[in-house]
Amino acid sequence: MTQLALVIDLNVCVGCHACVTSCKEWNTSGWAGTMVDQNPYDGSPTGTFFNRVQTFEVGVFPNTETVHFPKSCLHCEEPPCVPVCPTGASHKRADNGIVLVDYDKCIGCKYCAWACPYGARELDEQQKVMKKCTLCIDRITDATLSERDRQPACVLACPTSARLYGDVHDPDSEVSVAIRERGGYQLMPEWGTKPANHYLPRQKNRMYISPDELTRVDNPLRKEDLTTYTGEETLDDVAW
Amino acid sequence: MHPAFSVIFLTTLLGAGQGLFLAMFTGQLYAIARFLPVQEDQFYAIGSLVALWLLVVGLGASFFHLGRPERAWRSAAMWRTSWLSREVIILPILMALVFAYSVAHLMHWTQPWFRIGEVLGVDATLLLGLLGTIASFALFVSTAMIYASVKFLQEWHSTFTVANFTLLGLASGFMLAAAYSAYLGNPLVSFFGTWAVVLTLGALVSRVAHLRRNARLKHKSTVQTAIGVRHTAVVQKAQGAMGGSFNTREFFHGRSPETVRLVRNLFLILVFPMPILLISGAYLIESTTLPILAFVIQYIGLLAERWYFFAEAKHPQNLYYQSIS
Repeated sequence: MTQLALVIDLNVCVGCHACVTSCKEWNTSGWAGTMVDQNPYDGSPTGTFFNRVQTFEVGVFPNTETVHFPKSCLHCEEPPCVPVCPTGASHKRADNGIVLVDYDKCIGCKYCAWACPYGARELDEQQKVMKKCTLCIDRITDATLSERDRQPACVLACPTSARLYGDVHDPDSEVSVAIRERGGYQLMPEWGTKPANHYLPRQKNRMYISPDELTRVDNPLRKEDLTTYTGEETLDDVAW
Repeated sequence: MHPAFSVIFLTTLLGAGQGLFLAMFTGQLYAIARFLPVQEDQFYAIGSLVALWLLVVGLGASFFHLGRPERAWRSAAMWRTSWLSREVIILPILMALVFAYSVAHLMHWTQPWFRIGEVLGVDATLLLGLLGTIASFALFVSTAMIYASVKFLQEWHSTFTVANFTLLGLASGFMLAAAYSAYLGNPLVSFFGTWAVVLTLGALVSRVAHLRRNARLKHKSTVQTAIGVRHTAVVQKAQGAMGGSFNTREFFHGRSPETVRLVRNLFLILVFPMPILLISGAYLIESTTLPILAFVIQYIGLLAERWYFFAEAKHPQNLYYQSIS
């Protein structure tokens, strides 16, 4: 069983929204039709997006840190949005585990959006059907593209490689290794939805230096040197 | 959640329609048992036609909730998993049964087909009424389970949701039956009125218990589990859009807490004490207008009740949409 998914590295995401714009560009130009933009150059611009980057502040000033948080459909292994759909438009593909909406069957009743705790689904105000991340199903299954291009648009666009893409059921895939070795976690695990997408936590590299590490305690010259120093340059100061 | 008037009218109109049909059939059963005087067939027939009209208007209201109403026929497909699909199937079945029940009375198809014991003659109206009763309760359960089955909306994910939808629907239906009898000058008004009071009191117990449960509710998801950061202070600074999105329009009611409290207090007065007082007053002074007023006020209260039902529910996705910038 294949389960394609994204692994998003919060440690390197800089919140540039390149994944948002490339997602919109690719998917609004695709065979499934446009993703509406309402008032794009006006006071309250709104529209359909499959992917959004949100920003959270953790801690209290001055000890704060900013977390940029890209959010799209998590392609749950137990998708709660699928069984509630009355028409069968919302489905999970058996061959690669991607959760999709058949836009020709959707009646726009919004029940699946109610049944998604992540707010990953958005009703398109123009086409009046439910839309969501397809993991660029039309890219990744297009055999005419080169191997490198057969990835979701957001993954190709990310300048910091914060988005990894692959099969999370294959233990040796890049994504599985990243989840395993770098503490990958799921969002809202309390609901039992088993999201396929994972997030890698922020990690701070800290260097602890104790004072005795700054001087060479076993310097042999110090043992043999019988000079009495009065503040001038010592052998320790000499660069060799 | 954003209270959509299409769904508010759908659920309240269906409830009153099912309740009215059940009231008509209850009246017929009591008459068969000779607890009540036997009514003309026309009484049951017109009553069920009013019930059918409510079901049709309710169904019409539901279409305003759909983005693509012309594809609504597709929604019967997934009845194995979706309560919405089940409702879509049961509603037309109930409509057909209510219509057939009405026609059977209008055409006087009351010759018994067979007899159970000496006294009970089973005719077309009795069988159709029984089937309609089963369909009515099935519809109460499916309509309520659409909401009660969504585990993420913890305010709804409760048996109380099913109890409230059923009891409030029955109460308003029997109240309408009392109003209908009062309009015709039929003596059954006190029978339906008594049942309406009993059902309204039952609904009061269930609804207040639901309110108390929800007041103590502890939400499973927090902003910490939403983004997976372990810190007591996590504040959203941007949601990725400046002008709102479907997520801000569909899942927030956009009213102040005072307004929501006001609507709650309003429905607690309009749905429960006022109709009971009015119908009791009608009994005392033998008024024919007070039962009609009682139904109208209870129905307006039910609109407020359903509005509050939606506004009260807090969806976990709202954790991702706390701040615009």
